[in-house]
Amino acid sequence: MNRVIETRGVTKTYPIGDLEVHALRGVDFTVERGEFVAIMGASGSGKSTLMNILGCLDRATSGTYVLDGSNVNDLDKNDYADIRNQKIGFVFQVFNLLPRTSALENVELPLLYDRTRRIEDPNGAAVRALETVGLGDRLDHVPSQLSGGQQQRVAIARALVNQPSLILADEPTGNLDTRTSIDVMTVFQELNDQGKTVVLVTHEADIAMYARRIIQMRDGKIRRDFQVKDRRNAAEDLANFKDNNGDGDLTDLRAEER
Amino acid sequence: MFQTKNLLKVALRSIVRNRMRSLLTSLGIIIGVAAVIVMVAIGEGSQARIEGQIASLGTNVLIVFPGASRMDGVSQGAGSANRLTLDDVEKLNEEGTLFAGVSPIVGSRAQVIGGGTNWNTRIYGVSTEYPQIRAWDIAAGEFFTDRDIISNAKVAVVGKTVADELFPGQDPLGERIQIRNTPFKIVGVLSEKGQNPMGMDEDDIVLAPSTTVLNRLKGGRYIDMINVSAVSTEKMEAAEEEVIAILRDAHDLKEGEADDFRVRSQAEITEMATETTRILTILLGSIAAVSLLVGGIGIMNIMLVSVTERTREIGIRLSIGARPSDILTQFLAESVVLSVIGGILGILLALGISYALRSFAGLSIVVNPAIVLLAFSVSGAVGIFFGFYPARKAAALNPIDALRYE
Repeated sequence: MNRVIETRGVTKTYPIGDLEVHALRGVDFTVERGEFVAIMGASGSGKSTLMNILGCLDRATSGTYVLDGSNVNDLDKNDYADIRNQKIGFVFQVFNLLPRTSALENVELPLLYDRTRRIEDPNGAAVRALETVGLGDRLDHVPSQLSGGQQQRVAIARALVNQPSLILADEPTGNLDTRTSIDVMTVFQELNDQGKTVVLVTHEADIAMYARRIIQMRDGKIRRDFQVKDRRNAAEDLANFKDNNGDGDLTDLRAEER
Repeated sequence: MFQTKNLLKVALRSIVRNRMRSLLTSLGIIIGVAAVIVMVAIGEGSQARIEGQIASLGTNVLIVFPGASRMDGVSQGAGSANRLTLDDVEKLNEEGTLFAGVSPIVGSRAQVIGGGTNWNTRIYGVSTEYPQIRAWDIAAGEFFTDRDIISNAKVAVVGKTVADELFPGQDPLGERIQIRNTPFKIVGVLSEKGQNPMGMDEDDIVLAPSTTVLNRLKGGRYIDMINVSAVSTEKMEAAEEEVIAILRDAHDLKEGEADDFRVRSQAEITEMATETTRILTILLGSIAAVSLLVGGIGIMNIMLVSVTERTREIGIRLSIGARPSDILTQFLAESVVLSVIGGILGILLALGISYALRSFAGLSIVVNPAIVLLAFSVSGAVGIFFGFYPARKAAALNPIDALRYE
């Protein structure tokens, strides 16, 4: 099974008073295993709604959504919870870590809700996930003791720990400065290089350039869907960024590189 | 599924994080549980004391009172047709088969002069079987004899209170006292008995031969009561029937005529006395239970606040795969842990208060382990009951809205 996402005619309509808001007007696309897709669009384009449906946080009004080979249209709340737990890893814009809870415990949390207990040593798995994102020495730090970039790395480790089919990142760099953004993108690129499927929602074009494929949305529909030429390498950018701004002056890299 | 260990860990952590708030929330349960235990302990304590006092009346005792007479349909009240005599006592002694002891009581109140002072007390004319019926020992000297009864002897056995009042610090044995100008010789002192269920001092009494009191002090031929003790508790009812049969025969009552006396058993008296304290116990317990209820509402209130405060946390947990039932259990566990901690502290507080009341206020208090267990389980149940609504509210949250909540 190599297709992770397959949607057919997915629509989403919100009733607001007497009006009906069409957030999605028929979305068809597929994502194969190992892809790195950036979904772009202005606010109101429907990208967040699509994200919620892809993440099984919300249900499509019509259309079909096949995730990792199984149709998830007609499942109940508990099945949705189990899918989120076992097939999806979320990374949010505002990190969404539990406050006053150590990095290790935050990362371990999805495994505590795993009814299948397919991962035998939750604690060890959490430690390995944190080591993967380079925070092996910060296990006992609570979020308030970590920088924004580090917090987002903890969140990525949490998204990884349950070995999901799909990592979904919703504006993961939205709350980070440029350098930290690139830093976080190196983590996503590394994960993708290891074969993880990553779907990222962003409205920043230069962040999307780190993906392999870009889907542009507008008014609830897909406008463009193309492979990225001249894909950027976050690790190289970060090295250049350090060279150019060695004195710590964080000027906007994006402007000068465009 | 969250394991119980994790569930408790998460619940305890959240409680410890809000120490002050948790304590204040538990306070309602602490006070409620402590109140229930202490109130019931006080109620049961006084009940136990009364039962003890009633047991001190003697065992298997039947008391025969004179009946009421009716004149032209107007009842004259108890004792108005006083037909109990020493002959009745004689007949009970002769014909009874189920009696361990029979004693008349000829009661009087009089000023007793002796030891250079005087004291107003009860004078009871009784038979030699009276101490055995009442399970009342002689502390010093001896009880008067049947010969004393036949000879209307002027001898007396005094209660401890009387002895202490007239002859403080002295041995009253052999001393003389005067009752209504008749001199009596003290031959014995009764052991201390304390208060009876009505709060009367049992030791404030002088016992003398029934004949002496009737003939020398009171005059007339009627006696006030007859005490009968049955041979065993099982034979109480049969003994009561026997008393009635013998007395009806003695009084020549025909078939259909009402008894001109009444027989009360010790059990009935016990029942009357304990009924009052039982009602008191229930009343105190219910008032305390209301405070437990109020404590539960406090928990619900705080849990609702907590759910709102932690909406985002709930959203995070839902998004990483917690089922609604996991969220429900988590908040339920928290409110149960909160109220159970309150219950434990309440029990400790109750034990402390009971100890203090016993040692400093001298109240008789019986802490019933069953009530402690009950109060503890009720506090747990309160946690489940009042925690359920907030927990369900948390579980029903939509993950998207919860994640967006600021």
